[in-house]
Amino acid sequence: MNTKVTIAGVTFKNPVTTASGTFGSGMEYSEFVDLNRLGAVTTKGVSSVPWTGNPVPRIAETYGGMLNAIGLQNPGVEMFVERDLAFLKQYDTKVIVNVCGKSVKEYVEVVERLSEEAVDLLELNISCPNVKEGCIAFGQDPKMIAMIMDEIKRHSKQPVIVKLSPNVTDITEMAKAAEAGGADALSLINTLTGMKIDINRRAFALANKTGGMSGPAVKPIAVRMVYQVANAVKLPLIGMGGIQNAEDALEFIMAGASVVAVGTANFVNPYATIEVIEGIESYMKKNQISDINDLIGCVK
Amino acid sequence: MAEIKKTKAVITENVKLCDGIYSIWLKEESIAKASKPGQFLSIYCKEGSRLLPRPISICEINEEKTMLRIVFRIAGAGTNELAEAKKMDEIEIMGPLGNGFFLENTSNSILIGGGIGIPPMLELAKNLPGKKQIVLGYRSETFLVDEFKSYGEVIIATEDGSVGTKGNVIDAMREHGIVDGMIFACGPTPMLRGVKNYASEHNLIAQLSMEERMACGIGACLACVCKSKDKDHHSNVNNKRVCKEGPVFYADEIEI
Repeated sequence: MNTKVTIAGVTFKNPVTTASGTFGSGMEYSEFVDLNRLGAVTTKGVSSVPWTGNPVPRIAETYGGMLNAIGLQNPGVEMFVERDLAFLKQYDTKVIVNVCGKSVKEYVEVVERLSEEAVDLLELNISCPNVKEGCIAFGQDPKMIAMIMDEIKRHSKQPVIVKLSPNVTDITEMAKAAEAGGADALSLINTLTGMKIDINRRAFALANKTGGMSGPAVKPIAVRMVYQVANAVKLPLIGMGGIQNAEDALEFIMAGASVVAVGTANFVNPYATIEVIEGIESYMKKNQISDINDLIGCVK
Repeated sequence: MAEIKKTKAVITENVKLCDGIYSIWLKEESIAKASKPGQFLSIYCKEGSRLLPRPISICEINEEKTMLRIVFRIAGAGTNELAEAKKMDEIEIMGPLGNGFFLENTSNSILIGGGIGIPPMLELAKNLPGKKQIVLGYRSETFLVDEFKSYGEVIIATEDGSVGTKGNVIDAMREHGIVDGMIFACGPTPMLRGVKNYASEHNLIAQLSMEERMACGIGACLACVCKSKDKDHHSNVNNKRVCKEGPVFYADEIEI
């Protein structure tokens, strides 16, 4: 039985990774799961300098989901390389580093700093809804996506994944712009911008007023978008959005994703990633599927 | 660091202490064995639409270290579900989480609990040596008072003045002239801010147990941060994770 998948020339032992921001750099979850078993670990967003993030409260639960507005708090690329990458190097898994910035220059600084490090793929975060400058501002305009991709490709040594925002009228337009700009793969979806009001305090539940919605409630939207994008571009896709178990993951794969990412489910169940991997394997056994690649995009 | 475990626990008792406040004993030996005063548990809901665990502090660990007690307030649908749980029901829990109180060898301790910050002070009271003054602040109806009386002098404040000092815990401490000992406090942020000021006014060391909205409970999501005075070694910014570096901090470490 083959569970190996290859995207942008990088082969994963299985199609399961983590969604950026839900798994730190793996350290906390390594107490629960053997990171060696994951296809890849996708890290929390890293910027050129440390970011403090947003004021609290940063999260709120919603029906079948949650809102977050962490604001990409991170220790900056230097500490990330020294501590987090050094930690991940001990494991036999691929490393995808999520890169964020408030300007093109800042993205380039991170990409250049990582160019000689043990990083398999870069994931360009141009879709975080919780940081006002950069990020989503880039991800909602196809011209900006093409421009930033062009600039990044000039400096990057590793293949580049562009993470797409669902907060657009037509996600295929953004996917095509990323492809035209030289992206090697796409990941989708980032969170959907949402809001919750605390009626007892008569105030916003989040200090940031709005936050990114994730969790099982968003899954049908994410599956639909993966399907649309798979039919619009030739690039390999990393699908995510509300994956809680293998059945959810297989929907994304059949819609056209080569790799799937487990996100919010990690908060609900720290063993979720492993359970998804094992569940995919048992589905393959039960249905006599010898190669996972036969399932990718099999529903037309 | 003690090992964190996510597992099923059996409810051996669930009683209502007063309006909206419940006490549950849970049987889960390995977590009970590893737990210390001031640590907390993540309690998962059975209803799948409520994704995130509820962080609830450990109120007591039984003598044999086989059972854990939580005392909590119904704050929404999740804690309501927990309040309705029956004896012998199984619930999913993760713990022990966070670092507890630092049990320094002090001869005089001042334990301060406000509202639903009162329960964790009970296990602490059991474990601290020496003289203990225990200051408890309530809105109106009191709970756990008799249990605290076995461990020290109990001073009560109620907002409506129905029992003890009318006002908050700081008012009660001023009224009773409590100015000697190490402070251990848990309660809402405005109370902790008051305790921090009171401690600095009287030149006392204070340990504060913080509360914040959490998602993962294990330090990965960075939802539950509090501002720190100095740059934190992990975050590399002036933020500390309440679930991981906390929930207990020395008052001079954090900005509240």
